[in-house]
Amino acid sequence: MLRIGCGSGFSGDRLDAPGPVVEALAASGGPAALMLEVLGERTLALAQRERRHDPEAGYEPALIALLRPILAACVAHRIPIVTNGGAANPRGAARAVLLLARELGLELAVGVVEGDDIRGTTALDDLEPWEGDAGAALDPAQVIAANVYLGAAPIAAALRQGAQVVITGRCADPALALGPMLAQFGWAEDDWDRLAAGTMIGHLLECGAQVTGGYFADPGCKDVPGMHAIGFPIAEIGADGGSVITKPGGTGGVVDLRTVKEQLLYEIHDPAAYLTPDVVLDITQVTLAQDGPDRVRLRGARGRKRPERLKATVSLPGGWLGEGEISYAGPNARARAALAGRTLLDRLKLLGIEGAARVDLIGVVSVFDGDGGALREADASQPEDVRLRLAVATETRAAAEHAAREVLSLYCCGPAGGGGVRTRVVDRIRTLSFMVPRERVQPKVTLLRAGDPP
Amino acid sequence: MSLVEVPLHRLAHARTGDKGNRANIAVFAYRPEFWPLIAEQVTEARVLERFAQRGATRVVRHELPLLHGFNFVIDDVLQGGVNGALNLDGHGKTLSFWLLAMTLRVPDALLDE
Repeated sequence: MLRIGCGSGFSGDRLDAPGPVVEALAASGGPAALMLEVLGERTLALAQRERRHDPEAGYEPALIALLRPILAACVAHRIPIVTNGGAANPRGAARAVLLLARELGLELAVGVVEGDDIRGTTALDDLEPWEGDAGAALDPAQVIAANVYLGAAPIAAALRQGAQVVITGRCADPALALGPMLAQFGWAEDDWDRLAAGTMIGHLLECGAQVTGGYFADPGCKDVPGMHAIGFPIAEIGADGGSVITKPGGTGGVVDLRTVKEQLLYEIHDPAAYLTPDVVLDITQVTLAQDGPDRVRLRGARGRKRPERLKATVSLPGGWLGEGEISYAGPNARARAALAGRTLLDRLKLLGIEGAARVDLIGVVSVFDGDGGALREADASQPEDVRLRLAVATETRAAAEHAAREVLSLYCCGPAGGGGVRTRVVDRIRTLSFMVPRERVQPKVTLLRAGDPP
Repeated sequence: MSLVEVPLHRLAHARTGDKGNRANIAVFAYRPEFWPLIAEQVTEARVLERFAQRGATRVVRHELPLLHGFNFVIDDVLQGGVNGALNLDGHGKTLSFWLLAMTLRVPDALLDE
């Protein structure tokens, strides 16, 4: 049996989460691996921009903070760590990990998986738009980042070569778990049902606490104990692909049929055909069974031949977003906030600030509404604590800053009793997805050790 | 037996996921006997109507009878997605609860059990 724990489910996750997972894996005594998923859809483009300014940067900034408390225990108990924290610079991340290892007095090999970055390769010449982005066209000169989702094979190769830490850029999140399974069990690359079972397990693990009671609690309906110390997930996997999802003892959170169901379908479209680089996963015949407290057993994943094309995410400049918020409370709060909103839209017109604008009355209706405000118009409630929000998409930074400043000027020029202005200006990155012919992508695995030339 | 109007929230739990400008909302009945009621009343057409204000253009419902669930895939509901939306919640993460607020008519005896 192989145990795989997940210590991070996204780039903003709790930094102390891996600790209890590593302790539980070490205590189990058997073969184990730890995955750290830290790479979001836009993270890579941001990282690529950072790398332009600093060639050593461009990997997940929190990677070292995540690894520092657990690296020694993982080395001592031979628990390999697999992470996509390499982002736009897996080699730079590997060098930083080797420096950390030296500081901690550890000797280890770091496996680097490259080849996901397809800028300047022939892969960019033969793109089909992903079905969700139908009709998308690409101007190569605009591309900030273009990365293919790699599969589990290069990760498994690095582990077989003895890597203690494997660092990738973009790869399919479930591959961070499937890689260690391939290295452990030696499943054939066309053993579709086992690859499907392993991919399903990786999919359940990849968002960390989202399968152990995180992003789940709804007080009175779905209660979760100990949310301040939710235990991150551990999968127990058999050579036949059968599995149990559980979590470290003594931690908060819960693993039950409901938490596992919610995560099983998370970000899945057609449950009969979840496309990954390694296999097409069908979860329609999956059954779950509670197998003791905080233990859920899964059966029935089925697989079909992997797709001929790999998904690639391409990042492009997306203009700027200017935002501002101001609060109105007490009698007539909604009317004063609405007046502030109308005033802002009039100001944008007067100033010639072009671009799509949106006004929200937070406390009345906000996130559920569309940009047109149809729900707000149909809502007659009069809450006495309303926060007005303006959001404007602009071509230039100056226009976004000017729009945000208009919210600030409401202090002196707006309706009575406004307070608590906050503004924010961010540059945006637009992402499009394409399908790339598999044969045009060349994953590469390199092992780095302390003392190697850079 | 009479029918009472209850929010879907009473019968099911849900989670939203996003990819690009497309969201999926997975809905799971708290009890197996709620599943047919949801199947009958939470139709693709009603869900499309429910998300009209967010610009939804198409809804596909996948049934998961073994899990007592459904997966609703909703196109264009994110009005630009996380990287393009003006909405505070560009991911559409909150939208599961907009779906859970829609009402169904259910036999009151079923709720009392």
